[in-house]
Amino acid sequence: MNKQLFRVKDLGQVDRSKPLRFKFDGKFFVGYRGDTLASALLANGIHLVGRSFKYHRPRGILSAGAEEPNALVQVGEGNGTDPNTRATQIKLEDGLIVKSQNRWPSLLLDLGYINNLLHRLLPAGFYYKTFMWPSSWWMRYEYWIRRIAGLGEAPKGADPDRYEKTHAHCDVLIVGGGPAGLGAALAAGKTGARVVLVDEQDSFGGSLNSNTDCTVDEHTTLDWRKRTLAILEGMPEVILLNRTVATGYYDHNFLTLLETVSPGQQNQSEYKTRQRLWKIRAKRVVLATGALERPLVFKDNDRPGIMLSASMRAYLNQYGVSPGNRVLLFTNNDDAYRTAISLKENNIPIAGIVDLREDPTGELVDRIRHEGITLYPGYAIVSTTGHLRIKSVRIMKLNDDGTKVIGNAKDITCDSIGMSGGWNPTVHLFSQSGGKLEWDDKFERFLPKIANQPLISIGACNGTQSLSDCLKDGLKAGAESARATNNKGRAPGTPRVVESKCNDERAIWIIPRENSYKKNGKYFVDFQNDVTASDISLAAREGYRSVEHLKRYTTMGMGTDQGKTSNVTALAILGETLGTTAPNIGHTTFRPPYTPATIGAYAGRNVGALFDPIRTTAMHEHHEKFGAKFEHVSQWMRAWYYPKPNETMQQTINREVKAARDSIGLLDASTLGKIDIKGLDAAEFLNRIYTNSWLKLAPGKARYGLMLKEDGMVMDDGVTTHLNSNHYHMTTTTGGAASVLDWLEEWHQTEWPDLDVYFTSVTEHWAVASICGPNCRSLLAELAPELDLSDEAFPFMTVKEGDVAGIAARIFRISFTGELSFEINVPRRYGLALWQALIEKGEKYDICPYGTEAMHVLRAEKGFIIVGQETDGTVTPHDLGMDWIVSKTKNDFIGKRALSRSDMLKSDRKQLVGLLNENENEVIPEGSQIVEMLQPSPPMAMIGHITSSYYSPNCNRSIAMALIKGGKARIGKTLHIPLKNKTIKVKVTDTLFLDKNKELTDG
Amino acid sequence: MLYIECPWCGFRDDEEFHYGGEAHIQRPTDPNELNDEEFSEYLYLKSNPKGVILERWLHSRGCRRWFNVLRNTVTNEITEIYPIDTLPNSKEGTEYYGQNWRRKSSVEKTIKPREYK
Repeated sequence: MNKQLFRVKDLGQVDRSKPLRFKFDGKFFVGYRGDTLASALLANGIHLVGRSFKYHRPRGILSAGAEEPNALVQVGEGNGTDPNTRATQIKLEDGLIVKSQNRWPSLLLDLGYINNLLHRLLPAGFYYKTFMWPSSWWMRYEYWIRRIAGLGEAPKGADPDRYEKTHAHCDVLIVGGGPAGLGAALAAGKTGARVVLVDEQDSFGGSLNSNTDCTVDEHTTLDWRKRTLAILEGMPEVILLNRTVATGYYDHNFLTLLETVSPGQQNQSEYKTRQRLWKIRAKRVVLATGALERPLVFKDNDRPGIMLSASMRAYLNQYGVSPGNRVLLFTNNDDAYRTAISLKENNIPIAGIVDLREDPTGELVDRIRHEGITLYPGYAIVSTTGHLRIKSVRIMKLNDDGTKVIGNAKDITCDSIGMSGGWNPTVHLFSQSGGKLEWDDKFERFLPKIANQPLISIGACNGTQSLSDCLKDGLKAGAESARATNNKGRAPGTPRVVESKCNDERAIWIIPRENSYKKNGKYFVDFQNDVTASDISLAAREGYRSVEHLKRYTTMGMGTDQGKTSNVTALAILGETLGTTAPNIGHTTFRPPYTPATIGAYAGRNVGALFDPIRTTAMHEHHEKFGAKFEHVSQWMRAWYYPKPNETMQQTINREVKAARDSIGLLDASTLGKIDIKGLDAAEFLNRIYTNSWLKLAPGKARYGLMLKEDGMVMDDGVTTHLNSNHYHMTTTTGGAASVLDWLEEWHQTEWPDLDVYFTSVTEHWAVASICGPNCRSLLAELAPELDLSDEAFPFMTVKEGDVAGIAARIFRISFTGELSFEINVPRRYGLALWQALIEKGEKYDICPYGTEAMHVLRAEKGFIIVGQETDGTVTPHDLGMDWIVSKTKNDFIGKRALSRSDMLKSDRKQLVGLLNENENEVIPEGSQIVEMLQPSPPMAMIGHITSSYYSPNCNRSIAMALIKGGKARIGKTLHIPLKNKTIKVKVTDTLFLDKNKELTDG
Repeated sequence: MLYIECPWCGFRDDEEFHYGGEAHIQRPTDPNELNDEEFSEYLYLKSNPKGVILERWLHSRGCRRWFNVLRNTVTNEITEIYPIDTLPNSKEGTEYYGQNWRRKSSVEKTIKPREYK
């Protein structure tokens, strides 16, 4: 079982006493604690881990970090499964289950590989060019294309894992725990500053873990790393977060960090948290994000076994894993020489070093020559062989300017290649922060130039190459950042570093072809999205010259890796094709997240019942007991209707609507917005806010009011009551409560601060039971024997205070149904008691609780509007036929001037009218479009739409309201409503459907 | 995410605030005196500069008070925060206020100048 044939004896930091069993594509393997999935697979000799996105080519592990474009796997099973996860960043755990992606039936035999042979059908932008005939077949093509092109599978159900969020502040946030970041943390931590150090990998140290060929103060790099971490762990104000990606850098030094909690940490907690999203505000940020190695672009450069040179070194030195039995290195700089030395020291056979540079020099080169490793200076790989694993390469000599290969070809066998095309500083977060980048000609890369926020870039992400400079910059930046946040202290002395000097590189973006007339083979630039050098040239030739166009046309850099290994190379190739240089091309925008993030982490605990708060009234318990069906009205749960056994919804509503007009209906109206308004200028304020007049409303009286926005459109409505002098009680719609309060505050604070007026939301303070119908006065009289309820003593639109069922109450005689009605307000905690008393005493009247649906029918029978149903922000009071509520004598109120703008006076504005269906029993669907001239098929000129539509049991027919162009002038006319399978004929009427002679008490 | 210093509560994340648009658009003393074009200017025309702007914010999930902010629309840098009923104090803010097109508009000439504290 525990074969691990490629594990090197006594090398690396994995814990060999802790073997871990894991499953990859159904087979069991063993790795060690401290491995990533990628290093464990390589230790077992497995390079082939996936199939490519478009051509289904076999792909191996390219890198050892966040930039990995190939080794994307599906982790876990069931609804907790995580697709497209980078094997290079998965911490190996016992029992881990992983599957490869985008292959069928298996990784070794993938039928999708036929795409590789059909590549002529799939050039850049193929979806604009091929599969176009016959055009009606696109849907079928698309089905197969989507099936074949792919990544992992999304889980089908809800994510079962728990995610958390945490908010934090710190003095200095350091992103990246390599030598520069550790140095910065050490210096900042020593001052006592509050420091957070994050690193995306399981272990801190970055390149210190793999570049073991250096010493720091006579210690190995690993020793220095260990000692530094021990010091940091002892500092109470320093927080160390490993397996934590800084995903986004936003304004004012706000960053999001995504921490993956290991199962080991979870066991200590009652809850099993999988990931934790840190929202962190840092006074200073130190970016030490390192650099990513660039692949070289040569023919068939994507075969399993071909990896990045520094990653190969990391697998060897950090995990003790050998890449193969015969390793070739291919480079344009000194990095591969360091890998070669590490390989040599561990007796791993080296096939040679192919170096693009004509005359490489320096101590590393001398050492290679001394070790007797074959060096091919000025050579390039022109082709490769090997289907599921690299088998051999062909190399040729480059001409002077690197545009051609010349001379005799030489074949070299090998089973793995370490390549290095130079380094791209990881400027993602710097760029996200708003910083400007600058092109560095010498090393052909983008570097941070002008920062836009309080941050500093240090180490390899700032272009620094040597370990000693990284440590020096780190210590300095840490101390400076701490001092800038009012912490005192000096940078510790710079340690003495012994390391080899690295020399210049020779940039050749595309390795020339062996035969310029033979155009076979693929030169991959973006491994994840299968974008080749010829795709980029083709796009440029077809006119996609802007980098943003190139990206979208070729899909270059659009994979889950966002082009971490490919973007700069692609820009350079585009530049060469267009005869210009990369800095003139610019770069695409770096956007968060840096690496793919789980959506669950952003939702955190705000899922399920905690997704949105639910508000319930004091009577909720009773509604539930009565079997009410509920509907959501903004955040409120309102009783919708109260079905009896064996009743249909329509039967229930008919019964409730009838009862409210025949005896007594009972409605829970607690959800209406309620605002308490006090102050000497309260009446003046209301007068400016409402369209009608408020200065002369006597205490004890109530009035209906309409609020407009300054543009003249209806915003909200409700009844406001003058309780006693300078004290008013305003009601708003249920959904408008918060926005109306904001609206009042805004005008008061920003425009009329001189007015003496105060607003308090009292929506939650009062429970409201509304009774209506001919018997409701008798019922109230029983419950409030001390009150005179006669018409003379308690007229319509007035308020009284008194005890109802022994509870101190405010009783408003107002009506939304047209019937005699009382709205009884009691303190919330007595709401249920009041409701129960009403039900009990009302039994002899067959009192009937009704829900919001019956309420809608009742008000529609009387033609009363509901703001938000009859209005949509484009409707004026005149459009609603409510001219009566707009004062003609007031000089000004909010929205008045707008009502006389030319557009408001047009006769073809949409106006509210009633509609009667020719078929009395049929209810027109709400939202239906209305036409005047019926055509056999669309398009037809639409002149309006249905806003409300119900069956009215009191009218014994269906009724509807609609907004129709020039509606008032059409009263009496017949219009049409074309639906999918039929057409409804309607007659236009006014909006009063019941009680045309206005005989109802409170009509 | 912006970090805004509420004059009453101190620094808070911008999720506690509501944006209130351009500051110092005063409501006409008598809107009836404006013609349609002038009224539209008050109602709809807003400054949209690249660079410094004076704008209103509401600490809606805090003290519920309105205040004014001087912000750079390119960098999001906030350089001055001042009460809703005052004019900016900083050189940058005073300059922007004085040079804003609204100061020269016929609409503003019809408005009785507010007495800023």
